[in-house]
Amino acid sequence: MDLLLSMIFKDAFWFAVIRSTTPILFATLGAVVASRAGAINIGIEGTMLTGALMGVIFSAYTQNVWIGLLAAVLSGILVSMLLGYFALKLRTNIVLTGIAINILAAGGTVFLLAELTGDKGISTSLNSLVLPNVNIPIINSIPVIGNILSGHNILTYVAILCIILMHILFNNMSLGLRIKAVGESPEAAESVGIDVFRIKFIALIISGIFAALGGAFLSMGYVSWFSSGMTAGRGFIALAARAIAGNTSLGSLFASFLFGFADTLSNYLQEFSIPVEFIHMTPYLVTIIGFIVISIINDKKELERKKKQMN
Amino acid sequence: MSSLKLSTKINKYDTLRTVIAILIALIISAIIIFATSETPIYSINNFLFGPIQKLKYFSNVLEMMIPLTFTGLALCIIYQSKHFSLIADGCFFMGAIVASYVAINFTLPKAIHPVVAMIFSGIIGGCIGVLPGILKIKWKANELVTSLMFNYVFYFFGLYIVNYYLRDPEASVFASYRFNKSFALPRILPGTRLHAGFLIAILFIILAYIYIYKTKWGYEIRTVGDNINFAKYSGINTAKVIISSQFIAGAVAGIGGAIEMSGMYKRFLWDVTPSYAWDGVIIALLAKNNPKYVPLAAFFLSYLRIGADMMSRRADVDNEIISIIQAVMILLIAAERFLAYWKQREENKLAKEKYLNAKKEVQ
Amino acid sequence: MSEILKMDKITKIYPGGVVANYQVDFSLQEGEIHALVGENGAGKSTLMKILFGMQKQTEGKIYLRGKEINMNSSQDALELGIGMVHQHFMLVPSLTVAENIVLGHEIKKGIFLDKTRAIEATKELSEKYNLPINPKNKVQDISVSQKQKVEILKALYRGAKILILDEPTAVLTPQEIEELFEQLMLLKKSGHTIIFISHKLHEIKKLCDRLTIMRDGLSVGVHNVNEVSEDDISRLMVGRDVKLEIDKAKAQPKEVLLRVDGINYINDFGKAVVKNVSFSVRKGEIVGIAGVEGNGQSEIIEIITGLKKATKGKVLVHGKEISNLSVREIRELGMAHIPEDRMHTGIAPNMSIEENFISEKYRSEEFSKNGYLLDNKKISDLAKRLIRKFNVKTDSEKTAVKGLSGGNIQKVVVGREFSSDTDLLIVNQPTRGIDVGAIEFIRKMIVKMRDEGNAILLVSADLNEVMTLSDSLIVMNSGEIVGYFPDASKVMEKELGLYMLGVNKQSEEEIRRAVNE
Repeated sequence: MDLLLSMIFKDAFWFAVIRSTTPILFATLGAVVASRAGAINIGIEGTMLTGALMGVIFSAYTQNVWIGLLAAVLSGILVSMLLGYFALKLRTNIVLTGIAINILAAGGTVFLLAELTGDKGISTSLNSLVLPNVNIPIINSIPVIGNILSGHNILTYVAILCIILMHILFNNMSLGLRIKAVGESPEAAESVGIDVFRIKFIALIISGIFAALGGAFLSMGYVSWFSSGMTAGRGFIALAARAIAGNTSLGSLFASFLFGFADTLSNYLQEFSIPVEFIHMTPYLVTIIGFIVISIINDKKELERKKKQMN
Repeated sequence: MSSLKLSTKINKYDTLRTVIAILIALIISAIIIFATSETPIYSINNFLFGPIQKLKYFSNVLEMMIPLTFTGLALCIIYQSKHFSLIADGCFFMGAIVASYVAINFTLPKAIHPVVAMIFSGIIGGCIGVLPGILKIKWKANELVTSLMFNYVFYFFGLYIVNYYLRDPEASVFASYRFNKSFALPRILPGTRLHAGFLIAILFIILAYIYIYKTKWGYEIRTVGDNINFAKYSGINTAKVIISSQFIAGAVAGIGGAIEMSGMYKRFLWDVTPSYAWDGVIIALLAKNNPKYVPLAAFFLSYLRIGADMMSRRADVDNEIISIIQAVMILLIAAERFLAYWKQREENKLAKEKYLNAKKEVQ
Repeated sequence: MSEILKMDKITKIYPGGVVANYQVDFSLQEGEIHALVGENGAGKSTLMKILFGMQKQTEGKIYLRGKEINMNSSQDALELGIGMVHQHFMLVPSLTVAENIVLGHEIKKGIFLDKTRAIEATKELSEKYNLPINPKNKVQDISVSQKQKVEILKALYRGAKILILDEPTAVLTPQEIEELFEQLMLLKKSGHTIIFISHKLHEIKKLCDRLTIMRDGLSVGVHNVNEVSEDDISRLMVGRDVKLEIDKAKAQPKEVLLRVDGINYINDFGKAVVKNVSFSVRKGEIVGIAGVEGNGQSEIIEIITGLKKATKGKVLVHGKEISNLSVREIRELGMAHIPEDRMHTGIAPNMSIEENFISEKYRSEEFSKNGYLLDNKKISDLAKRLIRKFNVKTDSEKTAVKGLSGGNIQKVVVGREFSSDTDLLIVNQPTRGIDVGAIEFIRKMIVKMRDEGNAILLVSADLNEVMTLSDSLIVMNSGEIVGYFPDASKVMEKELGLYMLGVNKQSEEEIRRAVNE
C-alpha cells in the first residue's frame, strides 16, 4: 500500500493520468455533442478506430504528420456522415447504425491494412509518425506542476481547448442554442424553421471529429502504430462518461479524468502481485461503478428536493 | 387491383427490402474484391461456391450455424422486450469457460457430462445476462453501455479463470488442459465434424418460438417490448419480465457456449472472444426477432463466413471483408426509408381505394 | 377586402394510408378572423400543417396573394408570413422566453449570440401587442396561458401576417379565453389575418367573421358567421342531428367503494401538484372531476390506479388500503381503468386486437391451457364477442391495433376494461379525439355501467361531457378541490369556470361533503 501511495504522489503518475485522459476526453466530448442534439452515437468506438488507422496510413505514406492528422479528422467526418445519412435520412435505428459502423470499422480497418501492407492486425511495416509534444514556456519551469502539466502531446492541449470551445458553443452561439433545441424538443425547433436534420447532422459531424481526434491521439501519440481493436472500448466508456458528465463540458473533463485515473492506476498496479486480468478489468469496472454512483446521487438529490418541498 | 392484394403486396415489401439489402451488400463486396484481388473471379468463386464444393465444407457451414443460432436466439428474446443489451457476448464466453471447467474437473458418464456442463453454463449465463437489466431497473443505467462494459469485464474474468485454474503449462500456446473424453458431443454426420449440438439447436429454436409466441411469459415480454407504459398499466410486473427474459436469453447464450466447447473443441483455446453476439444482432434483425426465421438467418451468415474464410485461405482477399457485408446489411435492412418510395406509392393507391370505397358506402 | 390566401383542391394521404384531406378548398380574406371547424379527425389540423409547410400535400395547389407558393418546411411558411400556434406548444422548456422567441432567427453580435438585445426585442414586442411576459423566465416555469402568449409572440417576431391558432382555447379557463379574444381583436385591427381552429361553437360566434366547416376530410361549406346558427354549424359538422345530452335516470348511490383520504403528490420537478385531496365514490354513481387540464387530475388518477405512489395520504378500495399494492393487485380488487392517453398507455400498437383485449385477463385460468400456454381459441372467441358488442370496425381480430381509427382504438380500450370483472371504473378522458358516433356509444356505455351498479370516477377536459355524465361534481384548481356539487345537473357552466380558475372557492365544510360521511 505504501508503495502504491508513493507512486501516486509522483509527478510521473499524474502525467500519465493526463495522458490516459486525453483520448477518453475527446470521445466524451463527442458523446456529449451528439447527446445534446438528441442522438446517441454508439459509433464513436468505430470512428476512433478509423481515425487511428487513417492517421497512421497517411502519415506513413506522406511522411507528414499533419496530413496524417487531417486525414484522421476527415475520416471522422466521413464516417459520421455515413452514420447521419442512415440514422437521420433513411431512419435506420441509430443504435443499430452505430453497431454497424463499429462492425465496419473493426473489420474494415483490418481488411484495409491487410490489403495495403499485408500486415495482419498491426501496422508493423508502416513507418508512421507521431504528433509532437509541447513544452509550455512558463508552466514548464514551475516545479512538480510543470512536470505534470507541461510536455504533453499537442492533442492533449487541443482537447483542453475543445472543452472551452464547447462551452462557448452551447452558451454563446446560435448553433449551440439550436442543437439544444433540436435535442430537447425537435418539434419546437422544426416549427420555427430550424432544419432538424441539418442541425443533428452537424452535431454528429462534430461528434465524429472529436472521436477521430481521440483515435489519432491513440495511434500518433499514445503509441506510434495501429493495432486492431486498439480503442479497447474507449468509445463505449465515453457513452458512460457522458452520462456521468451530465452533458456539460466541465463534467466531461471530470468524468474522463476519472477513467484516466483508473487506467493509469491499473498500469501501475502491474507492479503488484495482482492478476493482470483484474488490472485490465479496472477501467470497465470503474465505468460501471461510476455509472451507478452518479445514478444514486441523482436519485438522492431528487429525494432531498421533494422533502424540501413538503416542509 | 383489390385492396387485399395491395395490402399483402405491402407486407411483402419488408421481405423485398431484406433481399435487396443482401444483394447490395454482395454487390459491394464483389466491387471490393475486384478492386483488391489479383484473381477476382477465382476469389468470388471461392467465396460464393466454396462451401458447396465438398460435404466437409458444407458441414463447416452447419457447424458454424450452431453458435450463431444460440446467440441469435438470445438476442431475439432480448430484443422482444426492446432491451438493447449486448450481454449475450459475455454470457456465451463465460458459458464456454464454465463448460471447460466442468469438462476438465468433473468425471461423469458420457451422456451426462455435456448436459451437466450445459446446465452450469446456462445458470451462469443467465445470472450474467440479468446484470444490465438490474442496473437499468434499479438506477436507469443504459443497458447498452453497461452490457458493453460487462462484456469486457467478463472477458478478462474468463481469461483469469483459464490462466489460473485451467491452463496447461505444457502447451506452447494459450490453451487449457485437455477436456475429459466423456465431455464430447457425438458426431452425427460421418466424415464431418457436425455434432449433436445441431439437433439441440433445432430443439432450442422450437422452444424459443413457443416461449415467445405461445406462453403467458412470451405475451408479457412482447407487451413490455411494444409499449412498456401499457404493460405497467395492465398490471404486468415489468421489472420481473425484463429480468426473467434476460435470464433466459443469457442462459441460451451460455448453453450455446457450452455446446460449442463440447462439440468442436478438445481444449479451451480462445484468447480473444469470438464475438458471436454481434452476429447475433444481425441474425435477430434478419429474423425480425422471430425464432422461426433464425435458422435461415444463421445459415446465411454462416455460409458467408465459411465462404469468406475459404476465399482468404485460397485467394488473396482478407476474410474481414465479411464485416463490410454485415455492416451494409444492418444499415439497409434496418433503414425504414430504404425503398420507402415504392411502399409509399402502393400505400397511396391502397388508401385512395379504401377512401373511395368508404365514400361509395355512404352514398 | 381581398383574398390573401387560397388552397385549391388539397388532398393529403399519410404514409400509413390514412386519407386526411380530400380535394379541400380553403380561402382567406385579408384582415378577417376565419374559423376552421370540424370534429376531431375531420382533417383541420392536417390542412393547417400543410399551410404551415410541416406536411406536403399529396395533390393540390396553394396561392398566396394570387401567386402559387411551394413550401417544403415551416421555414418557407414563416418566410412567406404564415405563423402557427400549435395545440401542443412548440417550446423548448429549458430555454428562456427570449431564447424561445428568437430561436431560429437569433440576434447576433459577430458570431456570438446577443442575449441583451434578444431580451429587449421580446419586451418591445410584448408591449406593442399587449401580451405581457417576462423574457428572462424559463419556459418550464411559466403558466399555460403565458406559454400561449410566447407562441403568439414567436409568430409575430417572425413577421407573421397570417396566424394559425390550433384550438387555442382548449387549455384556457373562461376568463383567460376572454383575455385571448381581446388580444386577437387587437391583432386583427393591426391588419393580421387569423385562422381560428375550434369546435366550440359559441366561441366562433363571438370572435369570427367567416367559417369553413370540415367533415371526414372534406370541406362541406363556407359561411359568414352571422348568417348561420349554432345548430346549423353543428349539423354540418357531423352530418346529422346529434343530441349531446344523455338520457339517464337519477343515480341511486349505495355504499362507498372508493375512498381517497388526504392524498398529496409531489412531482419529479419538486412541485406539489396534488394537495390534501379527499373524496369518495359510491356504487351506482358517477363522480366527475372538472378542471383545466394539469391541475392534478391526472396525478390523482395515477395514484388511485397504482401507477404512482402518493407522497402522503391513503386510498381505500372496498375498505382496503391500496397504497402499497401493485397495479395487478389493485386490478384484482375489481378496478378497471380507461387511461387518459390511449396511444401512450392504453394499447400495444403493434400487437393484434385480440392480444390487446386480454392484457388484464391473460393470467386467468380461463385463457390458459395447462397453466402456461395461452388458449388461442378462447382468446379469439372473446375478441370476436367484444368486437361485436363494442362495435369495433375491423376486418379481423388479428389486425394490429395501430391500423384502426382513433374511435375504434378507444372502443378496444373501453371494451377490454368494461368486460373485466369489476365494480369500480376509473375513466379518464373517455372520448377525447374520437368521432361523434363513438363518443355517443362510449358515453352510453358509461351510463349503462353505472346503472349496473358500478362506482365510476370520471375525469374529462370536455366540460359538456363531465357536466352531463356526472351525478356529482368535484372541481379542482392547482391540485386542490375548490368546489363540490352533490347534484351536477344544477351547476352552471359560468359558475364552474370561476371555480376552475380559482376565483371562487367553497368553505372547508362544503368541500368536505365530497367524502360522503
